[in-house]
Amino acid sequence: MAISLTVNNQAYQVDVAPETPLLWVIRDVIGLTGTKYGCGIAQCGACTVHIDGQATRSCQVALSDVQGKVTTIEGLGGANGDHPVQVAWAAHNVPQCGYCQAGQMMQAAAFLKDKPNPTDDDIDAIMDGNICRCGTYQRIRSAIKAAAEAMR
Amino acid sequence: MNTILNVSRRDALKLGAGGFALAMTMAPGLRRTAAAATGDAALAPNVFVSIAKDGTVTIMAHRSEMGQGIRTGLPMIVADELEADWSRVKVEQAVGDEKYGVQYTDGSRSVTTNYQRMREFGAATRQMLEQAAAKQWGVDPSEVKAQNHKVVHAASGKSADYGELVEAAAALPVPAPETLKLKDPKDFRYIGKDMPIVDLQDILHGRAQYGIDVRLEGMKYASVERCPVTLGRFASYDASETLKVPGVEKVVEIPPPTKPIMFKPLGGLAVVATNSWAAMEGRRKLKVEWDYGDNVGYDSDVFRKAMETTATQDGSVIRSVGDAAGTIATAPKTMSAMYYNPHFVHAPMEPPAAVANVRDGKCEVWGSCQDAQALKATVAEAIGFDPANVTSHVTLLGGAFGRKSKPDFGAEAAIVSKAIGAPVKVTWMREDDIKHGYYHSTSVQYVKASIDDKGKPTAWFQRSVFPPITSIFTADAMKADSWEYDFGLTDLPYDIPNITLEGGHARAHVRIGWLRSVQNIFHAFAINSFVDEMAVAAKRDPLEFLLDVIGPARHVDLAAQGVSQYFNYDAPIADYPIDTGRLANVVKVVADKAGWGRSVPERSGLGIAAHRAFVTYVAAVAEVAVSKDGKLTIPRIDLAVDAGRVINPDRVKAQMEGAVIYALSAAVFGKITAKEGRIEQSNFDDYEVARISDAPRQINIHLVESDAPPGGVGEPGVPPVAPALANAIFQATGKRLRELPINGQNLKA
Repeated sequence: MAISLTVNNQAYQVDVAPETPLLWVIRDVIGLTGTKYGCGIAQCGACTVHIDGQATRSCQVALSDVQGKVTTIEGLGGANGDHPVQVAWAAHNVPQCGYCQAGQMMQAAAFLKDKPNPTDDDIDAIMDGNICRCGTYQRIRSAIKAAAEAMR
Repeated sequence: MNTILNVSRRDALKLGAGGFALAMTMAPGLRRTAAAATGDAALAPNVFVSIAKDGTVTIMAHRSEMGQGIRTGLPMIVADELEADWSRVKVEQAVGDEKYGVQYTDGSRSVTTNYQRMREFGAATRQMLEQAAAKQWGVDPSEVKAQNHKVVHAASGKSADYGELVEAAAALPVPAPETLKLKDPKDFRYIGKDMPIVDLQDILHGRAQYGIDVRLEGMKYASVERCPVTLGRFASYDASETLKVPGVEKVVEIPPPTKPIMFKPLGGLAVVATNSWAAMEGRRKLKVEWDYGDNVGYDSDVFRKAMETTATQDGSVIRSVGDAAGTIATAPKTMSAMYYNPHFVHAPMEPPAAVANVRDGKCEVWGSCQDAQALKATVAEAIGFDPANVTSHVTLLGGAFGRKSKPDFGAEAAIVSKAIGAPVKVTWMREDDIKHGYYHSTSVQYVKASIDDKGKPTAWFQRSVFPPITSIFTADAMKADSWEYDFGLTDLPYDIPNITLEGGHARAHVRIGWLRSVQNIFHAFAINSFVDEMAVAAKRDPLEFLLDVIGPARHVDLAAQGVSQYFNYDAPIADYPIDTGRLANVVKVVADKAGWGRSVPERSGLGIAAHRAFVTYVAAVAEVAVSKDGKLTIPRIDLAVDAGRVINPDRVKAQMEGAVIYALSAAVFGKITAKEGRIEQSNFDDYEVARISDAPRQINIHLVESDAPPGGVGEPGVPPVAPALANAIFQATGKRLRELPINGQNLKA
């Protein structure tokens, strides 16, 4: 039986097992591949999306448990162009391979709504669930502060 | 396939500079290719550069992009010599094809071995455009000049856009190599300037395509169950529960590999489904009886002891000058130490993933692979196809670090696609990546030395023991090929009159593979730790002692010390000597920038280390703080880097920042262990890596300006970091760490 889902303001009917994690629904069924698989156990943050604005590990949410609108990296900027974190990420040339960066930006964007002026400690605490093997952490800290300033 | 695979890595390494020669000898052939107008490209003087009638320049990226910025860096070189306007340059990813020359993207060699070629491809194209304009205007070619996508004639004020000239230029012969005029470096437009990577906006908007993201019409998804013990095989299995999982369609047998393992798939059972999750769920329900094979007894703790025993017995001599053993036997003051490194695994954020579509006797494959040609060859071999019938595409790589030089996962996808007659994506779960990797060699290093009464070293003896990478190419090989020692041991750059370096043999029980900086990791750790220990024993400042042991500026002549075949990272030794002056310089720069000798709080310390790798010189100073209850923090790491001429300084800095984090991950957390042949770790919960809270608040990269030929960048930042950390911990706590990882060792007051 098909289950309805709203992703980036678009309605979808998906017909897969209801326990299928949202991550695989987004990637394999809907076909939006900007959200990444990294670990499948909420250890790495690569699959982070927003559900009603809250940063959520999409590998841990069953399709049938999704209540609310899903936003992925493809929809982060919305109709008004880039989100400030995307602008800041570009200005600081944060990405290396880029694979984890969707999750990093989704996490940062959600966090900045609650913490408009984050310290390094705040950033380390909230971003600790997002692994980057290329080691872009220093630039992520700088970019988050720049995005915060732009959003204030 | 063997010819291609052999050339792609092993023989190229064996041949040393031969890999470089191959790339260079192909270049003139390419340049002699007749100019041919195909498709939109009106001018295509070689396989790397083409220009359309609207002036759009397309540059082929033949190396794989894994975060090092090579899809930007090599095209920058071409565009610079071509005098192209960067905003009118498109970068296209090349398929696997020998016509591009070597495509394996490892060993930090992409710029080192392509800098000259790319300049020549750009310059040849520029000269054709200049000649075409001169001919049209009836002036001598020496009177015109290419400038930012136009050719201009200053005397008459005439100018023409490249687009206007391509058809005329295409009718001209491609200039002979000896007639090419390369730019004066002072006129470089892009080389040496910070440039954003060409994929930046795609990455920021979720449009960048990695191997795991490829989607084809009618594509199925597969997840592969492999024997928990390397080279084991399934004896029997029951898939009845698997086939009941909604979405699961089929189970495909992937045959077990034969030795040597090379890049072949490990074999196993592929569960094919309509989405990845269903495939994984089906896989969990498989019931498999395994025949574990020869490696079931592998226990990494027991193996360590065996390596330690080997390290104290005679080995094979790698390099010998003077009489190290005799000097140490009779010296008044001697010391020795044994260092241990466990296995690591690469753990790139994107696990191995590939898509294959086998139909009508042809195969098309997409993968996040470091070598498009090895992908093609490995796939062709796995499905019994002529390589001419295989097209291999390389996507962006979501990290690689050496893992994705081995395209075994591409072959898995091809085998499954052939079996089901439909396109299929094989995605490795993180657990597969951790448990079935090509592991970085575990190692024991045994070092002995003597010091005279002035505190000066008189002899150095080192024996290096590790299961060799050679074992994946030569079944059951226990003896490393010489190039494995050339990663940071053979070229020991110290000014010591008596040096003996030996290798001890060890059998591999898992697949061993190169991992970012390879054997340099344990060689640099032992060497730089031991120098620090010697400084302490001699009661001398570690910086002053290190500079003294590096000695006066000179080129180390290994041939004069019994080394007949030094690999030198595929770079000619005449152009890339082992230059102790450059090594000493980065030591001085990093010491100055990091404030060596400054006072630090109690239980804090600074440590220093320096290492030449991939013909680049890097020195590190680490600052650590260790709380009384033993908790380590790393406030700051400085690196000084002399990589010769750099193409894109911001990306070089990014690679070095990343190398610090990668090295720190390995040094602090990295540990893969085996019991009963099974890898004990499985995911990021038990194979920990550095997170943002582990990252130093300050990583400072100091690039040394140089017009030496370009060196490697991706890997050489890694080796000095772990010993700098261990040396800093000694300063902070008085505890000498002779093994890694640091985590789990007692640093309490």
